[in-house]
Amino acid sequence: MSETYVARSSAIAARKLAGEMMVMNSMDSTFFTLNEVATAIWQAADGRTPLREIVRKNVCEEFDVDPEQAQTDAEQFVAELSTHGILLVADHPLASEAP
Amino acid sequence: MSLMGEMGQKAFNLGIPISVHLDVTYRCNERCVHCYLDHDDHGEMTTAEIKDVLDQLAEAGVFFLIFSGGEVFMRRDFFELVEHARRLLFNVKIKTNAVMIHEEEARRIRALGVDTIQISVYSHRPEVHDAITKLPHSFERSMKAIRFLRDQGLKVTIANVLMTANLSDHYQLQKLAAEMGVHYTVDPTITPMMDGDTSVLALRIPGEELTEVFHNPALVANMEEFCAPPKAPTEDDLEGYSCSAAHSFCYISPYGDVFPCVQFPLPSGNLRQQKFLDIWNLSPQLNEVRSIQNKHLTVCSSCSHVNSCTRCPGLAYVEGSMRGPSTADCEKSYYRTGVPTANMLRQGVEKPVGRPLVQIQPLAASL
Repeated sequence: MSETYVARSSAIAARKLAGEMMVMNSMDSTFFTLNEVATAIWQAADGRTPLREIVRKNVCEEFDVDPEQAQTDAEQFVAELSTHGILLVADHPLASEAP
Repeated sequence: MSLMGEMGQKAFNLGIPISVHLDVTYRCNERCVHCYLDHDDHGEMTTAEIKDVLDQLAEAGVFFLIFSGGEVFMRRDFFELVEHARRLLFNVKIKTNAVMIHEEEARRIRALGVDTIQISVYSHRPEVHDAITKLPHSFERSMKAIRFLRDQGLKVTIANVLMTANLSDHYQLQKLAAEMGVHYTVDPTITPMMDGDTSVLALRIPGEELTEVFHNPALVANMEEFCAPPKAPTEDDLEGYSCSAAHSFCYISPYGDVFPCVQFPLPSGNLRQQKFLDIWNLSPQLNEVRSIQNKHLTVCSSCSHVNSCTRCPGLAYVEGSMRGPSTADCEKSYYRTGVPTANMLRQGVEKPVGRPLVQIQPLAASL
């Protein structure tokens, strides 16, 4: 089975405000807020850890969620953020884009 | 309300400084005729000090960070500071005259993920712009930089200050900005110099001219609504506040002095002596500013414009009282709507009359 790797784009700004993570892409000014689970995935998106591993360690172990459902939701979330250039997704490890 | 607006309101309600304006230097390579700064270095924060301040701001929850000056690129470490800020994931906006930005700098700014660059341009005519900046060829250099930055896909805004010297040029400059595919913004505010010299105020455009600016559909999104007579204020309006200064925004000078806003010269603490969050949470000055609701305003609480006015408490403060009116904004409300303000009615005048203003001073000078 091929793995999915996710990394944060270098064009984003982010900050937690009262428990919600604000994320903004400087390229097109898209602005999101992430819930706790999405924040956990986003923070762990280092380009080296497979998404499956992130979901197991940072979502299932931290939040009371069904592993299969969590994996499906994570894939959907990652796909959506990648269309806005906030996350980079690949089937191989990614180099960090951090500024 | 947009999602970003909602988060801004949340920060305001919780007293979180979501946005900070940091001047990294007052030095400048231009000598603009309307500038209030002295352009000397009275002991700017070092690279390490500014990086420490940025760390503290990130910790405090600051998301939007404006780097300005003076001219930011007069600091040789400016890119190092932007790099540090971006590593801390701030949304970074830079205000500059851009004359030191070439293709390489534009590429670097793009690579760092800077959100917006705001560039001061005062006319579409090189001779007028250069006469205002007093730097030969500055128009040509700023324009070149705008093209480099735009070609990198950066969001660029041309910022114009309207004054007597360039009043007739702003339509053409606005047109030029549109042709170049960049944003355009205009501000008629001229303030006295730091040393108290008010001769610069002679550059202010006559209030009557504001009517024309406010009725320019290219500058105002919804002119009918913008220029409509004010609605009678409700009880909720009187419970409200003038702006975000000290609620979710503040200003930091190159010397580490903290103020409620760049236009509000009330020294509230110094980052060489105190931690940012201690100043933000405990400063008596910031707490006083945030305690003032519309109902506490001495004149404006009875003004029909109280809810729609751009009343600046900082300009009111330099006029004599942070609870008083800001005549520059009375002017704007009057010339925008044609309805006299409570301040005008109180003075029995047909057009707003202001008092002399006092400009921002370093904290040490006020002790």
